[in-house]
Amino acid sequence: MKDESFKLDQRHDSAVKHVTGRAEYADDIPEPAGTLHAYLGLSTRAHAKLLSVDLSAVRGAAGVVGVLTAGDIPGENDVSPTGRNDEPIFATDKVEFWGQPMFAVVAETRDAARRAALLAKVDYEDLPHTLDAAEARAQGGDYVTPPLKLERGDVAPALAAAEHRIKGQMRVGGQDHMYLEGHIAFAIPGEDDDVSIHSSTQHPSEAQHMVARVLGLNSSDVTINVRRMGGGFGGKETQMNLFCAVAALAAKKWNRAVKIRPDRDDDMSATGKRHDFVIDYDVAFDGEGKIQALEGNFAARCGFSSDLSGPVTDRALFHADNAYYYPNVLLHSHPMKTNTVSNTAFRGFGGPQGVIAAERIMEEIAYALNKDTLEIRRANFYGTEDRNVTPYHQTVEDNIMPRIIDELEASADYQARRNAVLAHNAKGGITRKGIALTPVKFGISFTATWYNQAGSLVHIYNDGSIALNHGGTEMGQGLNTKVAQIAADAFGVDFERIKITKTTTEKVPNTSATAASSGSDLNGMAALDGCEQIKARLVEFACQHWQAKPEDIRFANNLVYIGADTVAFPDFIKQAYMARVQLSAAGFYKTPKIHWDRETGKGRPFYYFAYGASCSEVTIDTLTGEYSVDRTDILHDVGQSLNAQLDIGQVEGAFIQGMGWLTTEELWWDKQGQLRTHAPSTYKIPLASDRPREFNVALADWSVNREKTIKRSKAVGEPPFMLGISVFEALSMAVASVADYTVCPRLDAPATPERVLMAVDRLQDRG
Amino acid sequence: MTPRTEIRFMLNGRNVYLSDISASDTLLDYLRLNQRLTGTKEGCAEGDCGACTILVGRFHQGNLRYEAVNACIRLMASLDRCHVVTIEYLSGPQGRLHPVQQAMVEHHGSQCGFCTPGFVMSLYALWMQNPDPSETEIETALQGNLCRCTGYAPIIRAAKAITSYGSAAHDVLITEREGITRNLSALEDNRRVELVKDNSRAILPADVDDLAQALLEYPQATLVAGATDVGLWVTKFLRDISPVIFLNHLDGLKQIISDGSGISIGSGVSYSDCGKVLCETYPHLSAFWDRIAGWQIRNMGTIGGNVANGSPIGDMPPVLIALGGEITLRRGTERRSLPIEEYFIDYGKQDLAEGEFLEQITIPKPQAANLHAAYKISKRRDEDISSVCAAFNVSVDDGIITSARIAFGGMAATPKRASAAEAALLGAPFSEATLIKAAAKLAEDFTPLSDWRASAEYRLKVAQNLFRRFYLEHSETGADARLVQA
Repeated sequence: MKDESFKLDQRHDSAVKHVTGRAEYADDIPEPAGTLHAYLGLSTRAHAKLLSVDLSAVRGAAGVVGVLTAGDIPGENDVSPTGRNDEPIFATDKVEFWGQPMFAVVAETRDAARRAALLAKVDYEDLPHTLDAAEARAQGGDYVTPPLKLERGDVAPALAAAEHRIKGQMRVGGQDHMYLEGHIAFAIPGEDDDVSIHSSTQHPSEAQHMVARVLGLNSSDVTINVRRMGGGFGGKETQMNLFCAVAALAAKKWNRAVKIRPDRDDDMSATGKRHDFVIDYDVAFDGEGKIQALEGNFAARCGFSSDLSGPVTDRALFHADNAYYYPNVLLHSHPMKTNTVSNTAFRGFGGPQGVIAAERIMEEIAYALNKDTLEIRRANFYGTEDRNVTPYHQTVEDNIMPRIIDELEASADYQARRNAVLAHNAKGGITRKGIALTPVKFGISFTATWYNQAGSLVHIYNDGSIALNHGGTEMGQGLNTKVAQIAADAFGVDFERIKITKTTTEKVPNTSATAASSGSDLNGMAALDGCEQIKARLVEFACQHWQAKPEDIRFANNLVYIGADTVAFPDFIKQAYMARVQLSAAGFYKTPKIHWDRETGKGRPFYYFAYGASCSEVTIDTLTGEYSVDRTDILHDVGQSLNAQLDIGQVEGAFIQGMGWLTTEELWWDKQGQLRTHAPSTYKIPLASDRPREFNVALADWSVNREKTIKRSKAVGEPPFMLGISVFEALSMAVASVADYTVCPRLDAPATPERVLMAVDRLQDRG
Repeated sequence: MTPRTEIRFMLNGRNVYLSDISASDTLLDYLRLNQRLTGTKEGCAEGDCGACTILVGRFHQGNLRYEAVNACIRLMASLDRCHVVTIEYLSGPQGRLHPVQQAMVEHHGSQCGFCTPGFVMSLYALWMQNPDPSETEIETALQGNLCRCTGYAPIIRAAKAITSYGSAAHDVLITEREGITRNLSALEDNRRVELVKDNSRAILPADVDDLAQALLEYPQATLVAGATDVGLWVTKFLRDISPVIFLNHLDGLKQIISDGSGISIGSGVSYSDCGKVLCETYPHLSAFWDRIAGWQIRNMGTIGGNVANGSPIGDMPPVLIALGGEITLRRGTERRSLPIEEYFIDYGKQDLAEGEFLEQITIPKPQAANLHAAYKISKRRDEDISSVCAAFNVSVDDGIITSARIAFGGMAATPKRASAAEAALLGAPFSEATLIKAAAKLAEDFTPLSDWRASAEYRLKVAQNLFRRFYLEHSETGADARLVQA
């Protein structure tokens, strides 16, 4: 299947720079003389009229050069990524969340700017605030963006006629990205209207367009550069736009380089997070546990503006089926406006919140019928020939879930271990165990169809060295490594011959966010297209020069094989150059087959699906709610892997991040609407010691993407995030043991030790 | 003797003499902004993520020892006579990777790479102490390092394989140890250091007597030992902490004396330095100890600081109160001692006079018949602040409880004994029923708060359940009473 030259264990192209501290992040770039530093002034009210904002003390503080308010914006005071004009850079007449920027102060040092920002005297008139989605919905609150309805079959009669019916509610918490490198933008003014910005953004093109809009310039005046990010996870897709705009505004106003980098507390208070959801479900099923009908309402805390809440809440509905067939289904999204920071993209993009609802429903059915949750899951999986249409009317054509589940069940020794767990719990001790095997099916493609395009720029210099540029951004996932592997493979040269340059809007225009797991699918194909264009010219040249036939020409082992002759790649390129062959190409790719009609709720939003499953075993302490993850086994589908080591790294990392979302990572707002978990001292992501004590991760190496993706691989960034659900469900089973598995624990997420203990208590009272 | 007006330290391969620094200047800013050593990263500026981990070498009982610490909350003045080692110093002169770095590369231990220099430095510190660590030892060394990309598995794999990528033969801190030791010794002149810049004053007393004197001169001074709390006053609250008196170079506050009567610990002893002695004497602290903060913080933070700052959520006070510990406070040449629980008057208010400082903590030797336990309940197992911290010290004679000292953190405005619950235990048989009955009394002892760490309801519930755990652990049937990680 694969060319032998394709190194599946090729390490990250920056690995040596990472471990030596020589990898350059935006804050490490040498600053030109006279660089200034900006800092944001943030609101300290959740919802209030701004009666007056007195910045005289700010202006007068030591080292301050000036301040920026809405009045200093030559273009639009708005960074809404969807053009809804609901997200000002600087609040004017009112503030709508605690931590909303009202102004920026620019000073000679970051420290001076940061101190000065606290000196503003703001006169607020408090307005009533709503913090939570359920509260907003109960009050008949506003939507920040139009809701979505997905419908198939006839739900009402099927619900009424069913043998069993359960209504319930689940609360699923949000999540902070906690990228180790926070937000940062560093703007350097140029001649005329030019401004060039180094930033840590996943979406350079959008940042470019947004800066131009805010400054009243053309996009061609603005350049965004991204060498690498210190993590993104969706948190730097739209959220960096504001920082880029503020840095650019100040750089143009004072004609000096300007950097803005918030402290971690301000970063977490002022930028969006994963949406938390309140999910109401009404499910009907038969005695075997097969679902007959499902109605679901998905209310999300969107915050004060729309940002990406439309596509995020849409994707929650797209994944509310996870891997299961619903014969009759009706799903509604409720993107609620709240007086909190505007929530945004985060790995999975609403999908995990849909998937976990499906898994809660599996639990409800299993505990109601006193069966193993895995048996209920199997009863409801999509079929291959029938029972294979999703709530959005896309047919599941590539269902490999049954094989994934069967293989994992065997390799994890699920049945025997489940029996051992039941036996342990039957002793009635203080510690209880749980085990769960949960599936993931995840749709790949941006649901905004036009986003599914990518470009590249490939140059071969006349010494045979190759420079490769594409529109994707490197945030740690190894995208540049994979794309360079593709180019090296195309030209049959060593990986080291490919120079991967920073992402810049000067080289590839109108790119999409590096998001939706699409990085290598889109950019890999675009890079390949660029390489193939050059190769076609090289083949044509070789045919003429050596009087050969195209089929006799092969690029491999740093050589060009022309019939019986071989020429070293650099020599061959030199000759091509001398013969005036164009050695540069712009590649392009757009994903085929996909279409989506949001009005009717029908289409094929996804090119294909990625699959996976995980099995976790946990122990809980029923006196304190503390727990440990004793073992996790994972089998995940990445099609034909482009780089198995990078893919396993994505699977392992996503699993732990997903586990963190559902266990210790808790966002906590006080009654005034201030987020009080705004730094790692109060917001707890997993540590090394939280890893499963035994952790077995494998790729389903037999899987071949049936669609013509790059080397038949599949996207990997987001799908494995939802593998963390097995930990959550195992915790739930351990809790259920105290009431002999007859009551669904209805554990809400995150399952902190407190929630686990409270659930134990609730079930003990009932049991 | 006139004070010295500069600090002297080594930064990687050279000596640095600095007088132009403020009391609140941090090492991280100095490295990144002043020296352009940008391999050390800022992730949180509060000592919780480890991206800024560097090594600080200093003399400990005559030997040069290197410890992983957080540069973000390490105040510059405290580096006098230290050797600061950053990631830039780790690779060999020809750019040859250190075995720690090579292992990380080969095992795909980095993804975004931002946390990586910090992980490398923590693993480097571990490797110097223990080249062949167990998985648990690796996890303990990495408690203070967050990674959001890898899920840690490849980092652990790398850490286990370091020795296969080279030996200590090329390690610069090992091969040049003698020269570094000589060089650092030459920086010492036994003088007080006073750094004055604008309105800021930083004082490093020459010895403990000089500390007592300096506090009389500057009774309002901020006392800084490990800076693990004060560091955040600077980085998070932008508070002016001047004048500052630094303690952590004072050998006179670093004594640990263990004799027949008990253990006395100087107030400048770090967690890392006294863990071994304390846990050997009081084995019930072993499982508790490594859950206090992360490794870098345990290397910096002091027991004295944890008591002196009066926090209701410090982990040491409940433990020390339960053990019957006393503190010695000193002002000038006068000393007084009091039981630790009496030091805590109210939230933010301690029994500490102007010019007075905490000099020593004494803990009586263990009574053979006593039953001990120390529990920490937190959202995350490691490197988290307690929701509830509990310590038990109960003596049972012939089946009857004859004394009980039970103290809690996180349950009130101060660390506090559970008096009503203790009273309910005295004279009663040591049984599950007795412990459950006493636990019910906790509702009289405490009215805990709800906050982001835990609700009041959970705090009270857990505190009560810990009474039951305490009984079960000390009874025949209690093997299964507690979640134990392998």
